[in-house]
Amino acid sequence: MAVDMRLPTVSKTVSLSVSAFDRKDLVVPGDVITSDTGFMRGHGTYVDEEKLTASVAGEVQRVDKLICVRPLKTRQVMSPKPFNGEVGDVVVGRITEVQQKRWKVETNSRLDSVLLLSSVNLPGGELRRRSAEDELTMREYLQEGDLISAEVQSVFSDGALSLHTRSLKYGKLGQGVLVQLSPSLIKRQKTHFHNLPCGASIILGNNGFVWLYPTPEQQDEEAGGFYTSLEPISLSDREVISRLRNCLLALATHKVLLYDTSVLYCYESSLQHQVKDILKPEVMEEIVLLTQHKLLEQEG
Amino acid sequence: MATVQVSEAEKVYILHGIRDDLRVDGRGCEDYRHMEIETDVVSNTDGSAKVSLGHTAVLVGIKAEIGKPRPMVPNEGYLEFFVDCSANATPEFEGRGGEELGTELSNTLYKVFNNKQSLDLRALCISAGEHCWVLYVDVLLLQCDGNLYDAISIAIKAALFNTKIPRVHISSDEEGGKEIELSDDPYDCMRLQVESVPCIVTLCKVGHRHVVDATLQEKACSVASLIISVTHKGTVTCTRKVGGGSLDPESIFEMIEAGKRVGKALHAPLMKLLQQEESLGKKRQKVGFLG
Repeated sequence: MAVDMRLPTVSKTVSLSVSAFDRKDLVVPGDVITSDTGFMRGHGTYVDEEKLTASVAGEVQRVDKLICVRPLKTRQVMSPKPFNGEVGDVVVGRITEVQQKRWKVETNSRLDSVLLLSSVNLPGGELRRRSAEDELTMREYLQEGDLISAEVQSVFSDGALSLHTRSLKYGKLGQGVLVQLSPSLIKRQKTHFHNLPCGASIILGNNGFVWLYPTPEQQDEEAGGFYTSLEPISLSDREVISRLRNCLLALATHKVLLYDTSVLYCYESSLQHQVKDILKPEVMEEIVLLTQHKLLEQEG
Repeated sequence: MATVQVSEAEKVYILHGIRDDLRVDGRGCEDYRHMEIETDVVSNTDGSAKVSLGHTAVLVGIKAEIGKPRPMVPNEGYLEFFVDCSANATPEFEGRGGEELGTELSNTLYKVFNNKQSLDLRALCISAGEHCWVLYVDVLLLQCDGNLYDAISIAIKAALFNTKIPRVHISSDEEGGKEIELSDDPYDCMRLQVESVPCIVTLCKVGHRHVVDATLQEKACSVASLIISVTHKGTVTCTRKVGGGSLDPESIFEMIEAGKRVGKALHAPLMKLLQQEESLGKKRQKVGFLG
């Protein structure tokens, strides 16, 4: 048995560059945005003694007379409507409810997302018609608690997401580990599915949910992605996955952007430590520093 | 209690991992998560401690008040426990949501401390049958990420270590009435002997094995768990089974043995840490809640 007890350490204060202080568009709760009464109060703001004040920490955005603050940390993943890039996002989510012709999926956004029965691939090929029986057996495909990977198909007017899994790469997730991080840490990339050379695969969901799983040998097309193997996973694969999980948490604590290269570099930097030691603060700091160094080297 | 959803496949993954003695976060079956302990964090208490274990965070404050000893034990003081489940920990605790868990936790704490091995209650007596110190132990759950019992017990031990009770002088006047006088000097205080205060070890039965310090995900895979409070000598002061499932008598025996071993090993590093913190004295940089 091992127990690691210690006194808490004071986190170092980050020395901000002067330019960060000059940026008037970054606010914390209570900051007065403007005392001009000609503006309209938007999301993330309130009026205090006729002054428009921020209620969240984030970036001030102005559209004509409307002032909003876009929070840095939020449950809402996708940007509000005027911003593009939300459709096509890869998300990892958990089924919360089975309803008529649809599943409700928790995707870390403000509202539960919707996965319509008509936007999934059922076993038996793409052109299969959906019958009333399919509706009755929906729970056989996906039940409450199941994890899925999906893509955002459209956004409803209230901001809820409609998902689809009409590609073989999406669908129900089998054995593996879910890591929940802040969505702002996931770097947008061409692909969010990676088979890492260290022996495991990763899905970096845009919603901050990251799925780690052993690299599948080959995809079984017939099952339409609803079959999950419950065979035990080898100890070596397991160790790689656990190491990656702890690396992700280490990177997230130190606010490093997550994408395949940063995760892989962090994995490599962590190899000299035992998996369970990675989460110790000093080891975490050391690994992340090494990773950042490697990333800089690669860029320059 | 905060609950998390876990899919069937995830459960299988966790189960097989525990069977292979490699848990999701890389720990073995008898390893604890990283633990941080700080005492003297609340200034208006006589002793306080904050413990964080993984993402579980617990704050304990101890207030000493003068009360009347219980008639059955006139020469002993006593402890009162109260566990408050803050809605900050999980939205489920909002309103009266945390009351049930709070009562369950405090009842367990009464049981754990209700014996002569845990704490020398006679030291809390001021004058037999008339006055004694009553220690109000208030526990506040700040964050729940599994293994509340262990975190709470460690925080209580740390807070008791930190507790400073003012010395009292009893003077009797001519008519035979007694008068209690508190010492004015803030440094003239009494410390408690906390060496033997037990630590609680929760063992979760997952599959065919048991793990200590289970995360919420692991808890979701377990059918039942056993909580064992162990003193530094290895004396078990209380055992309780929690959870809906059933346990095989043979595995209970195994779990108690494991719990004793783990619990005994918790005390030495804890006492060492507390003494180290104490020896730093005023030099210690306080971290508190925002650090």
